Amino acid sequence: MRITRRHFALGAAALGGAATLPFGSGRAFAADPLKIGFVYVGPVSDHGYTYQHDVGRKAVEAKYGDRVSTTFVENVPEGPDCERVVQQLAQAGHGLIYTTSFGFMNPTIKVAQRFPNVKFEHATGYKRADNVATYSGRFYEGRTVAGTLAGKMTKSNIIGYIGSFPIPEVVNGINAFTLAMREVNPQAQVRVIWVNSWYDPGKEADAAKALIDQGADVITQHTDSPAPIQVAQERGVWAIGQSSDMTRFGPKSHMTAVVEVWDGYYVDRVQQVFDGTWKPTDTWGGLASGMVEMAPFNPALPEDVRALGQQAIDDIKSGKRHPFAGPFKNQDGETVVPAGEAAADEAILSMNYYVEGVQGSLPK
Amino acid sequence: MIEAVVPILLAVMTAATPLLFAATGELVTEKSGVLNLGVEGMMLVGAVAGFVVTMATGSAVLGIGAAAAGGAFLALLFAVLTLGLLANQVATGLALTLFGIGLSALIGQSYVGIPLDRLPRLDVPGLSDLPVVGALVFGHDALIYLSLVMVGVVHWFLYRTRKGLILRAVGENHDAAHAIGYPVLTIRLLATLFGGAMCGLGGAYLSLAYTPMWAEDMVAGRGWIALALVVFATWKPGRVLAGAYLFGGVTIAQLHVQGAGFAVPSQFLSMLPYLATILVLVLISRDQVRIRLNAPACIGKTFHPAA
Repeated sequence: MRITRRHFALGAAALGGAATLPFGSGRAFAADPLKIGFVYVGPVSDHGYTYQHDVGRKAVEAKYGDRVSTTFVENVPEGPDCERVVQQLAQAGHGLIYTTSFGFMNPTIKVAQRFPNVKFEHATGYKRADNVATYSGRFYEGRTVAGTLAGKMTKSNIIGYIGSFPIPEVVNGINAFTLAMREVNPQAQVRVIWVNSWYDPGKEADAAKALIDQGADVITQHTDSPAPIQVAQERGVWAIGQSSDMTRFGPKSHMTAVVEVWDGYYVDRVQQVFDGTWKPTDTWGGLASGMVEMAPFNPALPEDVRALGQQAIDDIKSGKRHPFAGPFKNQDGETVVPAGEAAADEAILSMNYYVEGVQGSLPK
Repeated sequence: MIEAVVPILLAVMTAATPLLFAATGELVTEKSGVLNLGVEGMMLVGAVAGFVVTMATGSAVLGIGAAAAGGAFLALLFAVLTLGLLANQVATGLALTLFGIGLSALIGQSYVGIPLDRLPRLDVPGLSDLPVVGALVFGHDALIYLSLVMVGVVHWFLYRTRKGLILRAVGENHDAAHAIGYPVLTIRLLATLFGGAMCGLGGAYLSLAYTPMWAEDMVAGRGWIALALVVFATWKPGRVLAGAYLFGGVTIAQLHVQGAGFAVPSQFLSMLPYLATILVLVLISRDQVRIRLNAPACIGKTFHPAA
């Protein structure tokens, strides 16, 4: 264990205060670990979104050992229950609390007002405060890579996309995918089926079957279960995993997966708390910062296709390529972003149209 | 052209089978006068039991057996509480669902994210290769055949055997049945266990064949649909079959409509299976008198033998 100067100062201050303020005595020693709380929307065993956050939590534990102690609460519904959970964590002496779902935004802000000395970090939201930071991943960058592979590998020129809900985060993924796909294969089309659920293995499998029956030979998804990968494996078409590496569900069909990686961010932020440099920032990291990663490309993909995929990764990382670089048009043929420009972050975060190459109309 | 429809029909059968198992089982339970709302929980426990045992032993037959046993075990808890301790059936059933969700998640904790080979299809050499018919009639997995056979068996049992008549009598008027010497509680216990076992099989179909894996809460509301099907089918096995296939059919059809790019809001399409099933079953059973004839009169009522 390392005792930093800040810790020492804190400890001394607390010791001094302990005589008059017995309440503070619990924090009297520098050896006290920083208590970190995590609030999850799903089960840690979902092998998708929540699982990846929990991998991040474990990384923090592995890195800091005795200096931290972490707690997580899983399956917290988005609503009033969340406020109670966050409040309890704050009362129990947690110094840093991560709330990892969009719907936890307002409860987090509310509780943060009551506990100005506790630091909060909220994933995928947009409301910040003096002690509330936000963070999210630029998952659409991963979709650009996936779209490149899919455009190269499709023979039927039909790609099936299983969507959860028509919200900007999902829509910008579909668009980034389609733009990249059309760049390598202008004939290819994307067909979208919305299952109106984040997680329903049966329905996701049915949607995959329907898309394959309609001629799709690559399936990609913005839902959380590996069921579509299993269907793709059985039917002998390609698929792209979501949130985590899903290779074992379809070793022959799994091209790659857009993986969400929170480890580095969590470890860095905890270090900043230790160093006293933590600020209520807004972080939106992509491939370059390591918050989004691609699962290893399937070795069965031709070498030139894998090279093209790697090129896309490298270009996005270096800033040479922007997933929403113009010129591109919406479905009605109107130019949304002219040549030489790229869609701004605000435009990406509020995307509510399909680009050219997506079939059907976006449910409003 | 017809060949193109075959995979769609196969998908419909897959979507309908879990509902068919659960609804047929619940129908027998309800016919005996017991309303068990724990279908979702029993399906989940069946799904996890089937998966874990298949995983551990490598035998799908043992897995299917374990699923039925798992569902029946949960039904036994329900029977002890409602038939033995006279607890309220509605409340106990709801609690059973919550318990099933938790219990299955606990058992399945270390089995998440592990793939399993799909339940083998029973191919008949020669016949399975026939165009259209071959794929539709032959070459399904054992559970699909079992679900269809069970509908026939349940119909035959309820309406063609003396024991079935007694079971229905218990559901219609438990005091009268008791007065002429039938063991009301034993019959209800057996009907409840049968219902639980069938729900377990429905769950096993999900975790062994539909999407061969275990995932928390993977039944995703199908238990509630099965419960509704029983009512809308006016407690008739044949109509449960029709309802389950209709529901499965519209579910798959709406996905195809979306994929084909028709400009219909996906939210509307998602509710279509529910709407269509309710509408059709209400239409075919709009005769009030016949509904009353079919509905077990003593459903959900607790039975006091002392009276």
